[in-house]
Amino acid sequence: MSGVKGSVTPPPAVPPNVLFEALLRLGDDRLVLGHRVSQWCGHGPILEEDIALANIALDLVGQATMLLHLAGEVEGAGRDEDALAYFRDEIHFRNCLLVEQPNGDFGVTIVRQFLFDVYSVVMFDALARSAHPELAAIAAKALKEVKYHLRHSGDWLLKLGDGTIESHDRVQRALNTLWRFTPELFAADDIDRAALAAGIGPDLSAMQAQWISIVRDVVERATLTMPPDVPLRAGRTARQGAHSEHLGHMLAEMQIVARSHPGAQW
Amino acid sequence: MTSPGHAAAGLGAADLAAQAAALPVDGQWPLWEVFTQSEQGAPHEHAGSLHAVDEEQALQNARDVYARRGGVISLWVVPAAAITASSAGDSGPFFDPGAAKAYRHPQFYKAPRGVRVL
Repeated sequence: MSGVKGSVTPPPAVPPNVLFEALLRLGDDRLVLGHRVSQWCGHGPILEEDIALANIALDLVGQATMLLHLAGEVEGAGRDEDALAYFRDEIHFRNCLLVEQPNGDFGVTIVRQFLFDVYSVVMFDALARSAHPELAAIAAKALKEVKYHLRHSGDWLLKLGDGTIESHDRVQRALNTLWRFTPELFAADDIDRAALAAGIGPDLSAMQAQWISIVRDVVERATLTMPPDVPLRAGRTARQGAHSEHLGHMLAEMQIVARSHPGAQW
Repeated sequence: MTSPGHAAAGLGAADLAAQAAALPVDGQWPLWEVFTQSEQGAPHEHAGSLHAVDEEQALQNARDVYARRGGVISLWVVPAAAITASSAGDSGPFFDPGAAKAYRHPQFYKAPRGVRVL
């Protein structure tokens, strides 16, 4: 990861720990999903799709770089984006459960990507108006990238859902399986409420309404069925450090080189 | 396999067979030729080719394969089957008579100043 230039001007009335946590949540979502998608490199169904997935993975890791760099500056403990990405353990990651789920088949990857891309578009659209200038600038830049990601995953969802019987059944199954991770995306806790009150974070319930309307539109055009609503899992969420069993394995692979050769440059 | 969605849409074994028959014999998706434009007023130039199942996917793949490193402001994708090309056997009668006819080249004129893309 390369550094991002610029100094931090904290807007008034934002507790630093709120801003730090909010930035970790945003950054970790993209770091973890970026790594997951990068696992397709060399395994894509055709050469062109392999390149498309690698591009998307790089966009996501790039967004994570900017967000975690800013998080490190806000924290002020001398941790840069690499320290945050490679030297934190599972319980300190703040990504949602959806992005850490394994790639599965291509249909699972596309459904996971589609659900997250819609989330990302409405998230960055809101954050582009954040009272925090650096965060707003990152969001405006990332919004262009995620709009393209959504065009890509949305088009695939239409093709697979409205494709063959086999492709239809596979993406419907993926949608049903991944649906239970979606309430967490909009479950506001104290951090989210404080960020919203300070004008730096999004209104998650407003976002949820936008998200569901876009998701429903594409799902129905893809001749798929919206899964029934599921309640939020009780207890701590992944954003509070309670992850599924998949994240630790993924991090072990993602972090091994950096931890074996701390400070290495290439 | 059964699927409520497709059963409702009336898709059955015959439709599956039709879907299979529509696939190209070599198993590859249709070929598209990609043309990129680098600046306003510049010609679209052939950049390469790719496989895609339809126009939208061809545009997306062209964007990812040929425009991801920047320097492109417009893309064309054309089904390779839509291009009629001269064959190698034509090269003699088609092109040789054009050689050594200097009067067919407008090289005796000076381009006016201000004309950049010529």
